[in-house]
Amino acid sequence: MENMKGKAWKFGENINTDEIIPARYLNTSDPAELAKHLMEDADPEFPGKYAKGDIIVGGINFGSGSSREHAPLAIKAGGISAVIADSFARIFFRNSINIGLPIIEVDGISKKISTGDELEIDLDNGVIRNVTAKEEYKSQPFPPFMQEIINAGGLMNRLKK
Amino acid sequence: MGLTLAEKILSHKTGKNVKAGEIIVCEVDWVLMQDGTGPLAVRQLEKLKMVKARTPDHVVLFLDHAAPSPKKELSNDHKTLREFASKTGAIVVDVGQGISHQIMAEKYINPGEVLVGSDSHTCTGGGLSVFATGMGSTDVAIAIATGKTWFRVPESFKITAKGHRFPKGVYAKDLILHLIGKITADGATYKALEFNGNFFNNMNIVDRLTISNMAVEAGAKVGLFPSDKMTKKYLKSHKRADHFKELSADPDAVYEKEVEIDIDALKPVISKPHTVDNTVFIDELEETKIDQVFIGTCTNGRIEDLRTAAVILRKHSIAKGIRCLISPASPSIYKQALLEGLIQTFIDSGCVILPPGCAACVGVHQGILGDGEVCLSTQNRNFKGRMGNPNSSIFISSPATAAYSAIKGKISDVREIL
Repeated sequence: MENMKGKAWKFGENINTDEIIPARYLNTSDPAELAKHLMEDADPEFPGKYAKGDIIVGGINFGSGSSREHAPLAIKAGGISAVIADSFARIFFRNSINIGLPIIEVDGISKKISTGDELEIDLDNGVIRNVTAKEEYKSQPFPPFMQEIINAGGLMNRLKK
Repeated sequence: MGLTLAEKILSHKTGKNVKAGEIIVCEVDWVLMQDGTGPLAVRQLEKLKMVKARTPDHVVLFLDHAAPSPKKELSNDHKTLREFASKTGAIVVDVGQGISHQIMAEKYINPGEVLVGSDSHTCTGGGLSVFATGMGSTDVAIAIATGKTWFRVPESFKITAKGHRFPKGVYAKDLILHLIGKITADGATYKALEFNGNFFNNMNIVDRLTISNMAVEAGAKVGLFPSDKMTKKYLKSHKRADHFKELSADPDAVYEKEVEIDIDALKPVISKPHTVDNTVFIDELEETKIDQVFIGTCTNGRIEDLRTAAVILRKHSIAKGIRCLISPASPSIYKQALLEGLIQTFIDSGCVILPPGCAACVGVHQGILGDGEVCLSTQNRNFKGRMGNPNSSIFISSPATAAYSAIKGKISDVREIL
């Protein structure tokens, strides 16, 4: 897989799925429509200011709360290339794998990255390079069971095979 | 080495001894979907040309999040779910017919079963010793089509309580809010909470459902109670006595962590905005005026909750300038409340009665907050924007605290009148 490059947008701890995509927009599962309201309740200006390929960085428990798969869908449809966080909530983690959104867990990483940092992610080797800070971080590898789902491009694709 | 309750249920289901950390494929007994997340699951199945349900009479679709629908897009989502049900034979619980988690407990789930649902509060079923957990639309779609899912068998936290009965003004809701404050919003991520020991063994199912409902607010996968005399009594009163089986963790089960709650030290608890683990005892809270009170939801919309609220509201009016919304969690609770005169009490006090459903809790209808407004609710979540407006604040409490606060117009200590 080609390396991903993008600017970091940092959010706080316990970012929940209501902030990622509020329930008032759940009447559509059209990814493009969801993307228009991405992270709106955490930062109302976010949908207008990031660029395609950028990377969301969160603290602990990113994606907590509601089971809505619309949350990783909105992130993926919005063109965000990956989410990096100290830790992810359980359902969000499963949902992201299932829809093929790259998520990377590195304990304590949110303290090392600032908004605006240029990041480069080598997903195959689980390495994150912070070009701005000239640092490199290593992520936890996925268990083989999940790696299979990711390699297939999501659970639906794996099932089709 | 003995098994935790989570390991035991999943071992029974898979026919072999499974231990925490193992990844297993497991048959599911029940699948639930709701109108917020269900349409996406249906579209996933349509994409795969797999519009079928493996065991349609064990797939239950709930139209409870926007019920009745406030806008045409949501009405169309409801149509999608009704059409899916008519094609597959799945059960529909239509608008006004109750909240998924309450109806699953009243009518369907039994100890030792596995339930997955596209709603994070599916873990409510743990109160009946059901391995019940929330998942996303794709996972649930697969479970509907194949009758199976995969799990990582969770490690368990053993939760015990020291004490015999709740102090005045303290309820199961206060206990679970306090516990979440203690272990934090992500403290039990991927884990099972298992409630053990005398205090929890003597707790009725209604209180157990309230507690299990909020397991996910500590990040947990399930919140499990043993199946015992209380479970038997509940199943009997819901005409499912023949589905009872006793279940508990082995005495030598291995837990990742043990947490003890001191019941005698508890006071009414409030979760402050914007996270559930932001808890304080009522006497530590600064004066907080409120604009809206909401009593209901899958956490606290049961008949016992309404009785508690009615005793406090009887012969009192709610404070001038605020509104108090009340929603019974199911039609049978609603009918019982009518029979007992509770609804009359609420109306006499100036409350608004909403139909059985999620009502104001998910911020799509029936009580969206205005800019700068404050709500005290008996729901399970107080995230920013949860009730439809990011410029508003939500506090969480027990039904007793909520009812008394409605009379006072500010968050108040119900122990003053008990």
